[in-house]
Amino acid sequence: MSGQMNLTLKVWRQKKENQKGQFVTYKANNISDDMSFLEMLDVVNEEITRKGEDPIYFDHDCREGICGMCSLVINGRPHGPKYGTTTCQLHMRSFHDGQTIVIEPWRAAAFPVLKDLAVDRTAFDRIQQAGGYVNVNTGGVPDANTIPIPKRIADEAFESATCIGCGACVAACKNASAMLFVSAKVSQFALLPQGQTERYERAQAMVDQMDAEGFGNCTNTGACEAECPVGIKLTNIARLNREYFTAKLFRQEDIHN
Amino acid sequence: MSKSKPILTSSLGRKLVMSLTGLFLCSFLVIHLIGNFQLFANDEGYAFNNYAYFMTHFAPIKVVSYLLYASIVIHAVYALILTIQNKKARPVQYNQYDGKSNSAWNSRNMGILGTVLLVFIATHMQNFWWKYHNDQVPYIEYTKDLNTGTITSRELSASEFTDYLVTTDNGQEVTKARDLYKQVDFTFQNVGLVILYVVAMFALAFHLIHGFQSAFQTVGFNHRRYIGIIRFIGVWVFGVLIPIGFAAMPLYFYFIK
Ligand code: SF4
Ligand code: FES
Repeated sequence: MSGQMNLTLKVWRQKKENQKGQFVTYKANNISDDMSFLEMLDVVNEEITRKGEDPIYFDHDCREGICGMCSLVINGRPHGPKYGTTTCQLHMRSFHDGQTIVIEPWRAAAFPVLKDLAVDRTAFDRIQQAGGYVNVNTGGVPDANTIPIPKRIADEAFESATCIGCGACVAACKNASAMLFVSAKVSQFALLPQGQTERYERAQAMVDQMDAEGFGNCTNTGACEAECPVGIKLTNIARLNREYFTAKLFRQEDIHN
Repeated sequence: MSKSKPILTSSLGRKLVMSLTGLFLCSFLVIHLIGNFQLFANDEGYAFNNYAYFMTHFAPIKVVSYLLYASIVIHAVYALILTIQNKKARPVQYNQYDGKSNSAWNSRNMGILGTVLLVFIATHMQNFWWKYHNDQVPYIEYTKDLNTGTITSRELSASEFTDYLVTTDNGQEVTKARDLYKQVDFTFQNVGLVILYVVAMFALAFHLIHGFQSAFQTVGFNHRRYIGIIRFIGVWVFGVLIPIGFAAMPLYFYFIK
């Protein structure tokens, strides 16, 4: 039998970008502990809407932990109190009756608040566009498995490719650094044969864009790895460092000019 | 992809500087500790004072010492630049930030620990380096019987001392030297300084438990083969042995000598 709980929410409300926001307190009553965190917010929003007020604005899409749209810093933790989960996959049984829950947006200069709890994460898109792609020749479709890739490499590349671009790493980092995200994107291509053509340019271009967006500098605290919902590892950051330094110090094309 | 920004203007390049200067300072600590163990010799400072002369007058070591001073300054200046950027990267702070759930306290407070160390280094250099180089330490004359190895000493007045001098005559070796050993003894009768030195060694321990392995992560060294040994050295050598070794010196002079 599922329990019911009554909660107090302190939610960040902000009309639009560059406006002052503040915390507003809401009651969330008769919440089933089988609900997801976002469903709980839906219930609260219905109540708010019924009163004719502006509902709480928050990002979500798939609600099954694969799209990376949901966010929220819940009681000081991105995606809430559980490790390895997104907010949409967080259940209310992780909370207890009578608890006060503080809900804030991702906080980073590079992720400006659009409204309430939703932030603009297009900085990540621009980093991707700077180098997170591979050039593919036109022509007929090649046969599957014509390029041999050792299983271990394929697995590692796959692990890196599971990054859903949610930005929890930035939100968790005391420096608002995007290194875990960028390292996952660089790794996935650096490991595979298809990614070799742009390998060293990619590392440089994506790091440049990351810096230009105003993310902070990584100090290896490991907060990102701990909070990443899909378990992207710090080894990716070391790999990004290697890629970048190799590019800069040993591979830069105009080195002899 | 267009031409990339110069390495030293990028976040990764600056971190590389932090990493390399930090590791250089770590290597210095090992030498400094081993040399200073001569303070524990029961020879009225004979070995230590000769060592102090050697370290301040042997040309290659002088070159390294200037590199060392430069490293301290660069490490601190770059830390400041990076910290300012990191603060800018999160202009609005979290109301709740549960850092301890995802990272170690020392990894999040390297700046505070580093500031303690900087104050310590300034005090430490004033206490010994400055006094030694500006004739503010006492003088001593050792007479060593080369057959028996026994050492006798007497304090010299400033008028009796011209320069460091070793003469051998009749099986007696006579050494005139600046008595840094006495200065150490004298300095560590001050309980305030003893406390500062011991506190600073705690700061050093926590700084290096994070810093040593972090430096390797930054340069991209984190292969499974050796990451274990790097972490081990970081914690047990730089986090425990070295700080205890240094802290033993003021404690020895205050309580035992
Ligand atoms: S690395 Fe993890 S936390 Fe960061 S964006 Fe990707 S999935 Fe999210
Ligand atoms: S809504 Fe898609 S991952 Fe949470």
